[in-house]
Parts: sequence; C-alpha cells; structure tokens
Amino acid sequence: MENYLAFEEPIKVIDDEILKVREVEENSGVDSSKLIKDLEKKKTQTIKDIFKALTPWQRVQLSRHPDRPYSLDYINALTEGNFVELHGDRNVKDDKAMVGGFGQLNGKTVMFVGQQKGINTKMRQFRNFGMPNPEGYRKALRLFKLAEKFNIPIVTLIDTPGAFPGLEAEERGQGEAIARNIYEMMRLKVPVICVIIGEGASGGALGIGVGDKVVMLENSWYSVISPENCSTILWRSWDYKEQAADALKLTSTDMKGLKIVDDVIKEPIGGAHRHREEIFASVKDYLIKNIERLQKLDPEKRTAKRHEKFIEMGEYKGR
Amino acid sequence: MVWFKRSKDGITTSTADKKETPEGLWYKCPTCKTVISRDDHAENLYVCATCNHHERLSSDEYFAILFDEDKYTEIAKGLYSADPLKFNDTKPYPARVKATQEKTGLKDAIKVAHGKVNGETLVVAAMDFKFIGGSLGSVMGEKIARGIDKAIALKSPFMIISKSGGARMMEAGLSLMQMAKVSAKLSQLSDAKLPYISFLTDPTTGGVTASFAMLGDINISEPNALIAFAGPRIVKETIGRDLPKGFQKAEFVLEHGFLDFIVERKDLKEKIGQSLVMFKG
Ligand SMILES: [Zn+2]
Repeated sequence: MENYLAFEEPIKVIDDEILKVREVEENSGVDSSKLIKDLEKKKTQTIKDIFKALTPWQRVQLSRHPDRPYSLDYINALTEGNFVELHGDRNVKDDKAMVGGFGQLNGKTVMFVGQQKGINTKMRQFRNFGMPNPEGYRKALRLFKLAEKFNIPIVTLIDTPGAFPGLEAEERGQGEAIARNIYEMMRLKVPVICVIIGEGASGGALGIGVGDKVVMLENSWYSVISPENCSTILWRSWDYKEQAADALKLTSTDMKGLKIVDDVIKEPIGGAHRHREEIFASVKDYLIKNIERLQKLDPEKRTAKRHEKFIEMGEYKGR
Repeated sequence: MVWFKRSKDGITTSTADKKETPEGLWYKCPTCKTVISRDDHAENLYVCATCNHHERLSSDEYFAILFDEDKYTEIAKGLYSADPLKFNDTKPYPARVKATQEKTGLKDAIKVAHGKVNGETLVVAAMDFKFIGGSLGSVMGEKIARGIDKAIALKSPFMIISKSGGARMMEAGLSLMQMAKVSAKLSQLSDAKLPYISFLTDPTTGGVTASFAMLGDINISEPNALIAFAGPRIVKETIGRDLPKGFQKAEFVLEHGFLDFIVERKDLKEKIGQSLVMFKG
C-alpha cells in the first residue's frame, strides 16, 4: 500500500478517485479511459504544483518517507543483485543498522556500506531505526579497510536519524567509534563516495561520511542536529521544527551552496519514492562516472585532496 | 592553608559567577559545600581539598598551570565568528556572539598557545566552556588547525584540552564539518610523526567526543569528568530507567578502555612533562 505525507494528501484524493473509476469500469464494463486519462493529467499537475516549491521541512519529511528506497534497495538495484553481504565487526556483534558488502557495479567490484532502516514495524526494530551502535561503525571500518587492501572503491549510503544514544553504545565507545571512522576514512587510499540518500543526522552520518565526493539526493537532509531536536533546544518545544529546518540550512541546495557537499543528484518530480527506478539509474550513473574519474588520480594525491577539501570547510572572520 | 566550614548568606556565591566576582572572597564547593578562601582555592589549583572536586577551569588557567613560568605565546588570537547561515533563533547569531564576547572577554570558545612544559615545547589548544558551552564551530576548527600547523612548524607535540557540549548548533552543517576538518589536520600531524595528547575535561560531550577528543595518541582526563557522546539525559530518556552510578564519568570511561589515565590537577604538569619525554624515545 502506498503511504502519503500530509502535504501529499491532494495526490491521495486523486489516486482514490482513479481507483474508484477503475472499479466502476470493471464492474459495469463502461469505458472510462477518457476520465482516467484526465485524472492522471490532473494528478501529474498536482504533483508538479506540490513539488515545485517544497519547504525545507517538507524535504525532511520526504527524506523519511516510508516508501523511500533504503540502502539495500539501492545496493540491490545498482548491482542487479550481484552483491555479497558481509557481517560483523569481529569484536562484539553484527549491527543490523549498518549493512555492507561487495557488489559489482558495471562489471567492477565496489564496497558498499550504509545505514539500513526497516520497512515495517518489526523490521524497523530489527534495524534499530537505522541508528547504529559502535559495532556498526566498527563493522563499516572493517569493510573500508578490506576494500583498501584489495584496491576496491568504496560507496557509502547515508540514511540515519543519528547514532544510537543507548547505555551500551556509550559503554562501548560510540564517540570513539565515530571519531575513528572519520579519521580513518580521511586516510583511505581508495576512492570514497558518500551518498546521502535520506537522513543525514550529525555524527552518526559523518561516521560514514568522509569521502572524495559527498553527494546528496535532492530531497535528503544533512545537518548537525534534526529539526525536532534543534527546536527543542532553542525553543523548548517540538513545535518550531519548521523554523528549525529553515534555520539549519540542511537541504541539498543549501549544503551545496555552503560547499559542504560536492554535488546534488536530482530526484524526479514526485520524489524518489514515486520513481524508484529513475533514482536508482541516476545514482548508478553518478557513481560509475565519478569512480572512474577518481580512480585516475594518484592515490596519495587523491587522499591529500580529500584532506584539503575538509580543511577548507568553515567560515570565520579576523586573523 | 586555613580551613574552616561556614555557610552563611553572602558567601554562598553560585558556581556560575564565582571566579568573575572580584569581591567574592570565598569559594563554596558545589559538591561537599565546604567553604574556603578564594586565595587558598586558587593555590589548590581550584580543587576542593575536602572532596577533590575539580572546578572547571578556563583556557588561561590551564595555560598558567602547564607552561613554565606562565610564559606562552597565543596564536590566531583575532579569529571570530562569521554568520554563514544567518542563523536567528531568539537572537541573531552575531548578536549572541557579541554579547558572549562582552560577558566573557573571550573571542570564542578556544585559545591556542605555545610555550614550554618542563622545558619541552608544546602547542596547547584549550577550550572555554563559558563561551556558548565550549561549542565547536568554524573558529574553533580553524584555531585548532592553525595550532596543528604551528606544532608541525615547531616539530612539537600537540595537546587539546577539551571542555565542550559539542558542535555549535548555530553553524549547523559547518560545525559538523569541523569534526572532519580537525581529523584531517590530526592526520597531517600524525604523518609528521608528532604526538597528540587529548585531555578530556569536564564536560566533554557530543561532536567533540565523536571526533578529535577520542583520537589522542594518549587520551587522558581529570577525576570525575563527564565524558560522553550522548549526554546522560538523552541516554536516560532512551533506555527509560535511571543510569548506573558513575556512568560516563572519567573513571567509568577509563574502565571501559577509552582513556589511558586520569590525572589529578596537582600532577597535571608533571604527568604531561613526563609523557612528552617518553614520546621522544
Ligand atoms: Zn568539595
């Protein structure tokens, strides 16, 4: 079943209407193709109207859309199922909120690593809502190092509401795990591309987010804090999440403007969740092109350039 | 030193305005409530002699403890915040920064200086918690970066004294990226084979813990310092029950393997000096 966000409601109304007309057509045998065609046209226009002027908060909602493709959807589509999932951090356990493994992209092996959310209540719990524990970050690092050893490029898929703030996570060094990844990713001798496909919340995202290219899907968000938590801290209530979403400049356009991300991958009008195959194709195209470009660079120079890119980030005055 | 206990109105200055109050002659320990003269407290390096509570220190106070004869050169002194996001919550960001600067006499939440510690050259970046919670923003990131450049130029070890609530929300994505920026600089420091000492003081949380504070060649802390990624309140909310005693305190973090040692403030200079010599081989 399709899910609709509140601001997608006008689309639902038309979809329901189309369903009803189809039902009547089936039962009565009366040809309604003209009517359906008109409704489809109306739907296309409605989607266009809604999606041409999305607010930052609406994009945040889209980034969390229950029908939006998740990491494994991308991996399976991009590799056409030619994927070997790998498990475990070799220390504590296998973190289900962080997935990864070898996959073939356009005939070449790539190491995929990403946060994974669940598609239903049971799976959401199984995946811990895409919030990794330290084991997840250490599993990711293990796979990064494995890729580096065999000169395999790395693609990370970022989609997390944050690193898990639990008791055991703290005991096992959530801070250290993220810190280590940021540092080690900076030094990897293979190309690294990071794609924010949904939510990019803070350190939990950055923990797999250091790359030669960091790219956002159009309707994803990336910031130091979620709009809800920002609202809670600044206005002591969740009610200001829309203002917070504006203030944080967390959209792909803003983040590109601030030179925090390198590129934005456009989503079809209507969003990635309505056009899965198209977004898979766009991401695949971007990755193939950029991996090829990055592989042409000398590894030392590529890593040095990665350092320089992040060192230049920030705005200040004075001297 | 003279010791006596007293609790009377007028000398129970709150912890917030204690050191800044010139007429405040007394210090009352927030933990055990012991009252002591400011002079004696300073002589004690701001540690309660009764219960060993380590009062939070400013960058200047740590410099005074560490550097020989309190002699050091501050670098990148003139850096201050821009307003890249035009951030406006209850107050525009530049106004908030300006008000904080006037109140604290500081430009931002960190100072970087180089000098000698027991004769060994050391570059130290020390945070000031009273400046927007010691928050990590573009200025802090750049100051640490320049400190690391200085250490590389002087072929000297580098030390960060962390004391921070985490990333500065008003710089949003840019403050998050400072975690990566400082890590990139630490990577350069590492390539230069220069030691990095991370000193985590009360409190060190959030993005600072999740980046450079945990990346020391040695990580050290002060007694009872809070060290966390997610703060105790958030963890408590997540698990829905009370936290065990001592959770996320330096002793707990040491026990779980993320610190090398905890140092009493009176031993700080000696221990740092000793470590600096060890790194020389
Ligand atoms: Zn005391």
